[in-house]
Amino acid sequence: MALALPADVRTADAMVPVPYRVVGRARETADTVTLSLEPVDQPITTPAPGQFNMLYAFGVGEVPISISGIDAGHRVRHTVRAVGAVSQALCAAEAGAMVGVRGPFGTDWGVDSAAGGDVIVIAGGIGLAPLRPVVHELLHNRRQFRRVTVLVGARSPEEIVFRGEVASWQASARITVRTTVDYATAAWKGEVGVVPTLIERVTIDPEVTTVMICGPEVMLRFTAAEVLGRGVAAERVRVSMERNVQCGVGRCGHCQLGPVLICLNGPVFPWSRVGPLVARREL
Amino acid sequence: MAPSVPTDYHPVVLDRPGLQALIDVLVADGRRVIGPTVRDGAVVYEEITQIGELPGGWGEDQGPGHYRLRRRDDDLLFGYAVGPDSWKRFLFPPVSTTWQAEVSRDGVEVAPPSEVPRYAFLGVRACELAAIAVQDRVFVQTSYPDRDYAARREQALFVAVNCSSPATTCFCPSMGSGPRVGSGHDLALTEIPDAAGSRFLVEIGSERGAAIAARLATRDAAPADREAAAAVWSGAAAAISRALPADGLKNVLVHNLEHPRWDTVAARCLACANCTMVCPTCFCADFREAGSLSPDHAEQHRTWASCFAVDHTQLHGGSMRWTTRSRYRQWLTHKLATWYDQFGTSGCVGCGRCIAWCPVGIDITEEVSAIRATDGLTRLPAGATP
Amino acid sequence: MKTIADVIAEQTFFQGLDQDSLDFVAGCGRNVHYADGDRILTQGEPAQTFYLLRSGSVALSFYVPGRGAAIIDTLGSGDVLGWSWLFEPYRWQFDAEAREDVAAVAFDGVCLRNKCDADAQLGYVLVQRFAKVMLTRLQSVRMRMLDIYGPSTSS
Repeated sequence: MALALPADVRTADAMVPVPYRVVGRARETADTVTLSLEPVDQPITTPAPGQFNMLYAFGVGEVPISISGIDAGHRVRHTVRAVGAVSQALCAAEAGAMVGVRGPFGTDWGVDSAAGGDVIVIAGGIGLAPLRPVVHELLHNRRQFRRVTVLVGARSPEEIVFRGEVASWQASARITVRTTVDYATAAWKGEVGVVPTLIERVTIDPEVTTVMICGPEVMLRFTAAEVLGRGVAAERVRVSMERNVQCGVGRCGHCQLGPVLICLNGPVFPWSRVGPLVARREL
Repeated sequence: MAPSVPTDYHPVVLDRPGLQALIDVLVADGRRVIGPTVRDGAVVYEEITQIGELPGGWGEDQGPGHYRLRRRDDDLLFGYAVGPDSWKRFLFPPVSTTWQAEVSRDGVEVAPPSEVPRYAFLGVRACELAAIAVQDRVFVQTSYPDRDYAARREQALFVAVNCSSPATTCFCPSMGSGPRVGSGHDLALTEIPDAAGSRFLVEIGSERGAAIAARLATRDAAPADREAAAAVWSGAAAAISRALPADGLKNVLVHNLEHPRWDTVAARCLACANCTMVCPTCFCADFREAGSLSPDHAEQHRTWASCFAVDHTQLHGGSMRWTTRSRYRQWLTHKLATWYDQFGTSGCVGCGRCIAWCPVGIDITEEVSAIRATDGLTRLPAGATP
Repeated sequence: MKTIADVIAEQTFFQGLDQDSLDFVAGCGRNVHYADGDRILTQGEPAQTFYLLRSGSVALSFYVPGRGAAIIDTLGSGDVLGWSWLFEPYRWQFDAEAREDVAAVAFDGVCLRNKCDADAQLGYVLVQRFAKVMLTRLQSVRMRMLDIYGPSTSS
């Protein structure tokens, strides 16, 4: 029986990890570490903001982690939260350790398609990690965008990832940055409350605004609802979704959400596509 | 798309010794011939070398939650329908090594992929050819083809056998996948009962098939052979009683995600995953570190998984599909509806295995009918029993 | 020179009220200013004032022994501060402090309560608007109760 292979088939075996070395590590919070990785030999294709790699801790296993930094010289950054055996092993990786990288996989935030208009970047918790490359791109090409606003929500001041960098974005005055935490001590000078409350204070021109949201799914729903309530069309709101991803290439079936596969059709989706799917319990 | 049957190959006829000769030729070519045989009270696929290992004289009695072998009155070699096995066991093995490597300070040395077996599949049903075409779209016609599957697939030779005795659980005509073999075969046999037990009309479906047939002692099919074969085909089609009207099925399911029928079926479903194991198109798999005592060796295994497992959708310590209701709904709507979104076809070929092998006899054609009949219902009327 | 009525007419909380009602309410109000660090409300003290913030930032907090002031909400321009003046025992439930220079309109709670008793229609409209504010604040608290950002590994 003859078999037709599609024309754009990727030639390298997408299932075999490519060796990368840890060249830097930064502790972000008590349970979160950012690893800077460089290829031992061949690099992967340069990723775009929003994409993810499967990170492999030798002898332990693989997890999908969004790219949180795209640096010169094929260096990539991943911000990992220790929630299981593999992520814990990655968080413990010292400089010089070897990890496996497969990717990049998935859809990207499409920052350049927002050019000419306003952009609102909204991050909840570790959701700031997949959005960090977006902010870099916005700053790098600042003149292509009108108003740029970054809203960051976290549990407490100590749990804001990239704290120093967020402060420097704020200080740069090139973009508007507002942060809010669930609760804080009197030493905190930012807002206390939820991200939707921050949105109330942003002037929005719905026709020309692109919104990018990343965070826990509950936060995506609250935030998207607030933004839609301000008149922004669901097609102009993009979110990064999360599901159990094992193969990253659309073959294992774990990451399905109704008709879409998070690894192939996402993780970045327009809210018009996933909003109705997310509203359906246990889909 | 599989090429359609070449029209310039004439059908030929093989007798039983000829069938043995076919197996011998395939074995001589270095192929492992996999065919049906009786084991553990069912017709399963194993490596065979003799026609005596085929389930001669055996038939099946199948129904919801029911499978029994029964003795036929005749001696037909392929007088069963389909057993719990499907060819995915050979093209997409239940356990396989995705990759393995030796790890050192300086780098990683990945072992070359192992040789795949050269199979010849004997006894492939029309629904099974359709199922393989469905899995081709999952594993090959994608941006990231599965090389192991593609290699096994390309090397395998398909000797299909047309159904003569469908089971009551079969509904292949509804899914456009049978009972008669259409395309995808190298050779397609139709077993014609006769005084010697049976003979086989052989339709040639490819150059490879033609080359094999040329090495066998065949004779051209006579009108009597063609008529007898046609009678087998129409008899099989007439014997199929179950149907799953596929018209607008995708929309019906997608618009009835809160239908109370999901609660009804969930109350029966054991989430045992039998249906996903016997289904010839189900492809979910776990990719896991295989774990080795040696720190220098790394290996990843792929094992069959099922969307019925509660940890199939595990994320951050919880499952996205916690209830049996949500998992049954996922399986059925994926198979019959969202498979179209992902792969452009239905995921179901109407083989009926899920009906027979469900321990509580859940029948997907009945579930679909129930939902269609009350399209749009979101709660049971007061006093109604589910 | 803007009157109190002009000032409050610009605020979302009072939007849509007719001029008579605005004048009515404005009669209870006066402009106030606070500097960074000024205590505006103290938990347990008699609650007789309702504030409408014009500019600046205010932190609402509880004093937690061993932890100091725990900020549970921050308010800014356009937000209303304080509703304990509406309900017995008319005592503040939390502390509120200015975190930068704050300009606000302070309304005499007793005066406003009396006006609402006299004009039930106005009373109904104001209580409706307060209820909406409380609903939004309650939703914010509920969202935070879900602790969606995950377990904290810090003690």
